[in-house]
Amino acid sequence: MFHRPLPRLAAVCAALTLTAACGTSSGGDSSGGDGPGGFTAPDVPMLQELGDGEGEVDVLAWPGYVEDGSTDKSVDWVSSFEQATGCQVNVKYFGTSDEAVNLMKSGDYDVVSASGDASLRLIAAGDVAPVNTDLIPNYADVYDFLKDRDWNSVDGQMYGVPHGYGANLLMWRTDEVDPAPTSWGAVFDENSPYAGKITAYDSPIYIADAALYLMKTQPDLGIENPYALDQDQLAAAVDLLKTQRTQISEYWSDYLKEVQAFTTGDSVIGTTWQVIANVAQDSDVPVDVTLPEEGATGWSDTWMVSAEAKHPNCAYEWMNHIISPEANDAVAEYFGEAPSNAKACDVATKGFCESYHAGDADYADQIWYWTTPIPQCLDGREDVTCTDYGDWTQAWTEIKG
Amino acid sequence: MVMSSGFKVLLRVSAAIALLVIYAPLLLVVVNSFNASQTFAWPPTDLTLEWWRRAANSQGARDAVLTSIEVACLATVVALVLGTMAAMALQRYRFFGRDAVSLLIILPIALPGIVTGIALANAFKTVLGLELSVLTIVVAHATFCIVTVFNNVLARLRRMGTGLEEASADLGASMFTTFRLVTFPMMRSALIAGGLLAFALSFDEIIVTTFTAGPRDQTLPIWIFQNLFRPNQGPVVNVIAVVLILLSVVPIWVSQKLAGTTEGLAGR
Amino acid sequence: MAYFLHRHPGARLGLLLTPPMLWLGAAYLGALAALFITSLWGQDPFTGEVVRQWNLDNFRLLWESEVYRRIAFRTVGIAALVTVIDIVVAFPVALYMAKVASPRLRSVLLIAVLTPLWASYLVKAYAWRIMLSENGIVHDLGGLVGIDLPGYGLTAVVITLAYLWLPFMILPIYAGLERLPDSMLEASMDLGARTGHTLRRVILPTVFPAVVAGSIFTFSLSLGDYITVRIVGGANQMLGNVVYDNVGAANNLPFAAAVATIPVVIMLGYLAVARRAGALENV
Repeated sequence: MFHRPLPRLAAVCAALTLTAACGTSSGGDSSGGDGPGGFTAPDVPMLQELGDGEGEVDVLAWPGYVEDGSTDKSVDWVSSFEQATGCQVNVKYFGTSDEAVNLMKSGDYDVVSASGDASLRLIAAGDVAPVNTDLIPNYADVYDFLKDRDWNSVDGQMYGVPHGYGANLLMWRTDEVDPAPTSWGAVFDENSPYAGKITAYDSPIYIADAALYLMKTQPDLGIENPYALDQDQLAAAVDLLKTQRTQISEYWSDYLKEVQAFTTGDSVIGTTWQVIANVAQDSDVPVDVTLPEEGATGWSDTWMVSAEAKHPNCAYEWMNHIISPEANDAVAEYFGEAPSNAKACDVATKGFCESYHAGDADYADQIWYWTTPIPQCLDGREDVTCTDYGDWTQAWTEIKG
Repeated sequence: MVMSSGFKVLLRVSAAIALLVIYAPLLLVVVNSFNASQTFAWPPTDLTLEWWRRAANSQGARDAVLTSIEVACLATVVALVLGTMAAMALQRYRFFGRDAVSLLIILPIALPGIVTGIALANAFKTVLGLELSVLTIVVAHATFCIVTVFNNVLARLRRMGTGLEEASADLGASMFTTFRLVTFPMMRSALIAGGLLAFALSFDEIIVTTFTAGPRDQTLPIWIFQNLFRPNQGPVVNVIAVVLILLSVVPIWVSQKLAGTTEGLAGR
Repeated sequence: MAYFLHRHPGARLGLLLTPPMLWLGAAYLGALAALFITSLWGQDPFTGEVVRQWNLDNFRLLWESEVYRRIAFRTVGIAALVTVIDIVVAFPVALYMAKVASPRLRSVLLIAVLTPLWASYLVKAYAWRIMLSENGIVHDLGGLVGIDLPGYGLTAVVITLAYLWLPFMILPIYAGLERLPDSMLEASMDLGARTGHTLRRVILPTVFPAVVAGSIFTFSLSLGDYITVRIVGGANQMLGNVVYDNVGAANNLPFAAAVATIPVVIMLGYLAVARRAGALENV
């Protein structure tokens, strides 16, 4: 189970400065494509032919992605799937990408909605299989700029179908924050007038947001990609975040929590998702969002098939269904993100696709999608070793204190 | 009249304040179950029965409640059996390691839930290669519920003494008959009290359950935890909570009547 | 068979004791041991696979990195504070219920104290979150008096935890006080002691083991808690969060196991002291 060629191993050892000994055994072959930055994907067989449905499918998803009417009778894109294919859907929700990675190891799930910071790790661990896109008719209608990207493919082989994407935006209370912010500096300002009421996303991946800000404001640090940080660059980002920590009201990973914090005024400015702003505005909370001038991080989710899927045919049916125009539109509107299927905008409610910038490749390009940092620098640098997710996790604990 | 009346007044006032503080958040929950704002804005500007309507129709909540009841019942049964056995062993016999045994029984509940949770999850998945399911939840819950039954039965056995049992044996009853006709009836109220507490513990348990539940298993606390995350679902949770509080008065009252004294209820 | 068992008390004992001991001793202790073993291994940070290489790196990291020490001290401090607050609040209530209230009132009060246990932990914590928010009750009350009460943060965590565990402290103390015969209190009065004196010299010493028993729960529950901090704790974290984040988020079970040994060691120490105080009888 250890597919690690020696050069990568040496890089891991060098990067893990906090760990003294790291001589692990490397063994096993490593055929399979080369991932971005040089990791090698293990050889996992790809489904060649679609057979009969197995009768059920186990789905691991972000909350709100797999609605079958049990939470709200009017929100249901699962029942139609179950009727059409005969595959009963069993869903488990997770709160963070890391939980998703963890849960996929059990082999209990057939298909997972993985964000970019989970997808590569799943591929590298051999927990997901390459996807045969020929078996998925709706794949043809997916926007081209979502196909064959760094986080969902290896060496030109797709490992999933794109679900949708969104950006982490800056939200503020219009009645408490004046003038309207246009830059992430508003949450990183050490003399902020909103000290004690700033909020941020509770995950090590947020370090990329700080790196993005430094990328534009401190170009001598040489950051090219907020997910490719060497030791010094990471240290700079950590310092920025430690300063920010003194002004944070609370970190959020539960978006109802963030809506509530903005409603009560415990937080007045911070990182958000579009859906949070929509829910807040629906409850008459005066907030506004913007994509700041430095750009933003975001997520682009991919439905992936487990390497140990017990119900592979139903899994493929599900993937085809969730990116079908009606379902893709339904989930995008419910969750608040841009759909991946171009035809979804034909059935969407008026104004939806515009407000979420569906199909807008330029808008999409301003977004630095969540990607797992690895020792092989994602910006292509060969002379240094970049910090990996383990380092980021350690750093995050230190930042929160 | 063992205390000065001034002191008694002080006690009465403190108790009243304490009860007020205990019930203030619960009153808030009740009010919020009618709050029209999805995000529990305070003070509530609008009242609505919408959440009650949704809760009544919520299949997810119903299933979760049933699963919780199922798990709690099974865990309680296991705890009753094992707890009684352990209590009888410790109370009636002298043996080396008695202290260690009583320590061991307390351990699952004395150690933080997260430790118990990850230890059991690791044991089930990695060491034993089992899949997580309702059974693994039951095993986990029974483990820390044993102590509540154990305490109750132990206290009752201590009060009971062995006299009646010896008399029964003298009259020719076999050991099993004695247990069935003499010991068990005398212990019954302690068992019920201990069982009810075990049931309550298991029903509201979230931490250990998060780690030992299978992908499709949703006990009520897990359902609540997941629905506090989801859009449009938070308020329904309040409704469920109110219903639980109202329903729970009955078993508590029953347990009170049966136990007579508090020894039953103090076993936590 | 009944005859055999009757003649061999050892066999009876064995029969009675084996199932619980297998369950707790072999299964539970075994699981704890397996967890501890995991803490001696490492983890590949990218794939999350556990690497079975024996080393003490996790513990070295815990020892050397200042942040974990800070978090540990903070957690122990919170647990201690919560315990003290609960004792202070629970004692008058329990004393009132046990010694002053009429039997009917006692029943009602008992039900009143127990009912909140059935309201979901999460719901109660969220209720406190609402109460402690910027436009919540606590803030309004503070505004009336003119002070700026803290919102989310460590104070909120202490308040909420103390609230959540209060019934677990009231009950053992109540049980302990109930066991205290009224005759003793009367005797003390007959001997001329005033209430305060009786309290200090008779009631407190007798009820001390029960107090320690209750404190086992409030301390342990606070030590390992990670949910309340996330709901009302603002940006803070406790030991439980570090463990939880490493199990779920970082997929680093070995490190989480290493961190988990901290509360285990602390609780084992606490239990040893509690046993000395005779509290284990009162649990």
